[in-house]
Amino acid sequence: MVDEVILLDFYFSTFGMRARVALAEKAVEYEYKEENIFDKSPLLLEMNPVHKKIPVLIHNGKPICESLIIVQYIDEVWKDRSPLLPSDPYKRAQARFWADFIDKKLYGAGRKIYLTKGEEQEAGKKEFLDALKLLEGELGGKSYFGGDNFGFLDVALITFYTRFDVYETLGNFSIQEHCPKLIAWAKRCMEKESVSKSLADPKKVYDFVLDMRKKFGVE
Amino acid sequence: MGEELKLFRTWSSRYALRVVHALKIKDLEYETIFEDIKNKSTSLLEYNPIHKKVPVLVHNGKPICESLVILEYIDEIWKQSPLLPQDPYEKAMARFWAKFGDDKVMPSIWSVFISQRKDQEEAIAQAAGNLKFLEEQLTGKKFFGGETIGYLDIAFGWVANLISILEEIADLKLVDAEIFPLLSAWMNNFSDHPVINECWPPRDKMVEKFKAMREPYVEKVA
Repeated sequence: MVDEVILLDFYFSTFGMRARVALAEKAVEYEYKEENIFDKSPLLLEMNPVHKKIPVLIHNGKPICESLIIVQYIDEVWKDRSPLLPSDPYKRAQARFWADFIDKKLYGAGRKIYLTKGEEQEAGKKEFLDALKLLEGELGGKSYFGGDNFGFLDVALITFYTRFDVYETLGNFSIQEHCPKLIAWAKRCMEKESVSKSLADPKKVYDFVLDMRKKFGVE
Repeated sequence: MGEELKLFRTWSSRYALRVVHALKIKDLEYETIFEDIKNKSTSLLEYNPIHKKVPVLVHNGKPICESLVILEYIDEIWKQSPLLPQDPYEKAMARFWAKFGDDKVMPSIWSVFISQRKDQEEAIAQAAGNLKFLEEQLTGKKFFGGETIGYLDIAFGWVANLISILEEIADLKLVDAEIFPLLSAWMNNFSDHPVINECWPPRDKMVEKFKAMREPYVEKVA
């Protein structure tokens, strides 16, 4: 039976990109459908009635929502190649823990950097760097968070790299200065075609974020 | 090899209770360390330096944190009485609804609990909308896991235990058996399960605790 795989996504979404990277790693053919998040399609509202958000993976007509859940699903269905989660249960638990940490700490802090000013922005910067340093500690001397191979936690984090220029410029700081190992890791990931082809162009991301700032009246 | 299992918890944490239930279902022996949140032990801070929270499961000296991550870990190591479905799609659904419970349902119920008047009316509408999704998930099933208690039932354990306590204190009814017949039935079936009802924290202590938490939000009548 031929698999029908559709991804409802938004080009600039760091969450949507996770699904793209995972599908690329597994060399799964799929149909990409770009959503306008300011004017959501009936299909999106039907497939994700609870949150009405992207990404949504639709596999043979059945929707899966929430990016980390989608990535795990992809890993479990196409299990014969490029495993994303470690095989050891303890290492799996660690990968899940840190992915959850990224969603709880990094995303919100990053958002503060580009959507606020003054004290709130400064607080966002501190939270962001604190979180990033902890992640750098978790990477340690490994090539990837997954060890020798690119894995689940690498997928979870690498998509934020598309916003690093935005954070640095709007927040007026250098990530390289604080987390050089993480920058080296990001560049290593970008050498993989599955990553470089799936991630949004940072220049376009920058323009998009500037637009968002105007929309939210931050300027 | 002797397995060494320790669980750091508090007497009331609904997240820690998930792990208690899972360990009971799997029939596993473990040591319990009760923490005082206002005076956390050095061990807890060493085992969970990132969040400094309970629950933490320590297995042969190695810590696992975050209740839902712990549940998956337990299920992967000890294969008896499986908690998560085998099918990847069903597994994804279970994970999705557990996350929905934590991210949306719980905060919306909490809003109802601490708000008043018009704000509370709006909060009730929001919470009811969320609970309706849970009601739908129980169509044709006794438990979220099907015939037996599973990961999602354990993840929603707080619904069966905490909601009636909050209803009592705030003097309102959120899970009306006429509006949510399946969810009400599930709450009874889950609570009555021998593995579950032995582990509930004492109700009177819970009422006392949550009454105190609600205090600052209740308008003082002159």
